[in-house]
Amino acid sequence: MQASTPAANASHGEHLLSLYRTMARIRAFENAAEEASRGSVAAFGATSDAAALVRGPLHLSTGQEAVAAGVCANLARSDYLTSTHRGHGHTLAKGADTTAMMCELFGRAAGSNKGKGGSMHIADFGVGMLGANGVVAAGIPIAVGAAHSAKIRGSRAIVACFFGDGAINRGPFLEGLNWAKIFELPVLFVCEDNRYSATTATDAMTAGEGAAARARGIGLPAETVDGNDVLAVDAAARELVARIRAGGGPQFLHALTYRVKGHVSVDAAAYRDQGEVEQALESDPLKLAGQRLAALGIAAGRIAAADAEARAEIEAAVAAAHAARPPEPAEAYADIQDTGAGQWR
Amino acid sequence: MTTARKLTMAQAISEAIGQEMERDPKVFAMGEDIARYGGIFGATGGLLERFGKERIMDTPISESAFIGAATGAAAEGMRPIAELMFVDFFGVCMDQIYNHLAKNTYMSGGKVRLPVVLMTAIGGGYNDAAQHSQCLYGLFAHVPGLKIVVPSNAYDAKGLMIQAIRDDNPVMYFFHKGIMGLPWMAYYEGSSNEVPQEAYTVPFGQARIAREGKDVTIVALSQMVQKALLAAAELEKEGIGTEVVDLRTLVPLDVEAVVRSVKKTGRLLVADEDYLNFGLTGEIAALIAERLDQISLKSPIRRLGVPGVPIPYSRPLEQFIIPQVKSIADACRGMMRGKVAQPA
Ligand SMILES: Cc1ncc(C[n+]2csc(CCOP(=O)(O)OP(=O)(O)O)c2C)c(N)n1
Ligand SMILES: [Mg+2]
Repeated sequence: MQASTPAANASHGEHLLSLYRTMARIRAFENAAEEASRGSVAAFGATSDAAALVRGPLHLSTGQEAVAAGVCANLARSDYLTSTHRGHGHTLAKGADTTAMMCELFGRAAGSNKGKGGSMHIADFGVGMLGANGVVAAGIPIAVGAAHSAKIRGSRAIVACFFGDGAINRGPFLEGLNWAKIFELPVLFVCEDNRYSATTATDAMTAGEGAAARARGIGLPAETVDGNDVLAVDAAARELVARIRAGGGPQFLHALTYRVKGHVSVDAAAYRDQGEVEQALESDPLKLAGQRLAALGIAAGRIAAADAEARAEIEAAVAAAHAARPPEPAEAYADIQDTGAGQWR
Repeated sequence: MTTARKLTMAQAISEAIGQEMERDPKVFAMGEDIARYGGIFGATGGLLERFGKERIMDTPISESAFIGAATGAAAEGMRPIAELMFVDFFGVCMDQIYNHLAKNTYMSGGKVRLPVVLMTAIGGGYNDAAQHSQCLYGLFAHVPGLKIVVPSNAYDAKGLMIQAIRDDNPVMYFFHKGIMGLPWMAYYEGSSNEVPQEAYTVPFGQARIAREGKDVTIVALSQMVQKALLAAAELEKEGIGTEVVDLRTLVPLDVEAVVRSVKKTGRLLVADEDYLNFGLTGEIAALIAERLDQISLKSPIRRLGVPGVPIPYSRPLEQFIIPQVKSIADACRGMMRGKVAQPA
């Protein structure tokens, strides 16, 4: 699928530039969130560090942007997505508003979840983003249910279901994939394999041939791709999504990437070899895509402009989040079932 | 000779586990990130180096499997310790906990003993939102068949852990993240205290009077004990004497200690970080209500807990719904003005 004629190169370059833009926006978002969260977890009672506005542990997807960008480029707004605790990139790539997202991380009333969810529960139902999730593998059955709904309603929507390499050792992986297959549901399962489950290398904890082989064992066609190569992810996702839309049932994508940050913002990841991280940084998805753009004849100025625009968008989101008001304490009582109109007893 | 040093609760717990592993080759531990990393809240720090990966095991993210495995291994003569990383994840393995671990001894007519310690992290206050901030010990205390241990400080944490490992029944052991003394998370300093080097036990079902006082009894456990002690120090300046009863274990529960204290003060505040509805606070209040023929109250019983909402992420919301030092002090002040109805 490598383009060869100058015209094909140019359109290929434009497509890659649009994927690059999404990745640059995710990178800028993660960097800004990380910056705003410094010192945040030291947070009890009067001794809290009030300066940190993004609070609690933060799971960053820095270095994994190509998976979110490549998959979501093949989704329509009316399609659905479920995510994990590491969900900022998926959410942004699905089309969520970065100001509402940043406000959520800042715990503001204007946040996408009114400050009630935070980083790990970020959601934007308006763009089909059904929620990040704090419980490993818990999004899988939810994705399957959304797909079942689409099937029953006769809608053309499909569901992209993201989870990590650690999630394939939990029961819902088997239960969810089996369910999707016996009902031939429109789900793209995406195992975003960053080689770690928290502080533990996943390999040693996983028997057999891993994610794709397990999916095939349940009858799902499965592809493995270089998850740092956004064009490869995009191409694989395009093919799998086309099969799903054509009624081909659930498909599986195993994207190989690397978690360049600690498991959470406060984790220095001292348990792994620094050389391993440096090697992974060699194939940073933005770096790879930048080189490819240059080779396809996209002017350096346009790449720099994409970076600058992404940073400016996120800086504006951060400024808006700073200026936004925190929720009133009594708002804690609202939104529980359909009762709780801002008061207790 | 006793040699005590100041330890954090995390250090005290891992010291207890290490000493019992040395004493008894049947003891082993498993859980996510507990071996190489030493547990994400440090409860198994330094143990892999001493005992090797046969006895300190990292597990896949497969809670049903390793908690079920603990039950099976215990039935066949081992004394497993399993760590559930956050209590909030009990939902993915609750069947193994309450249908099997908790019931098998009874259902077998007492033929099988299950000496399992299931330890887990609890508590909020650091903005980790609704799936990582709950306490939930009340839920496990509700289920027959589990002993429930909830320490408030390093000394108790060590003695209660050794007691838990030596117990022939399933014990759930809950440590609050905000008193573990972790370098990366602020904590209440009262929780780090003098801990003897040698092994010792703290018996189950014996509450500790963390502070004596004549006017108000505060019943609490875990981090809430530290908050209650700070509130008590405030109240003392106003001439209000506060007695803080640290329950230490919910099952078995030291009913006598609570009754004795409330008889003395005539006022009861139950301060809790678990959900308010249908839980610990109601249970303690009921114990006193059932004994109003022996106890004369000077004010109605008060309860503080997390009202019926999940834990919100945003700091002002979270601080508002989790009882704080100030809300404890305010409740005590209110009780000093409160009156119970007199018989007509
Ligand atoms: C059921 C459950 N068990 C344990 C955890 C704690 N936990 C959070 S993230 C994580 C590692 C997940 O690894 P993976 O699925 O590969 O995702 P990654 O963090 O690498 O993105 C663990 C063990 C959890 N959230 N849910
Ligand atoms: Mg992973």
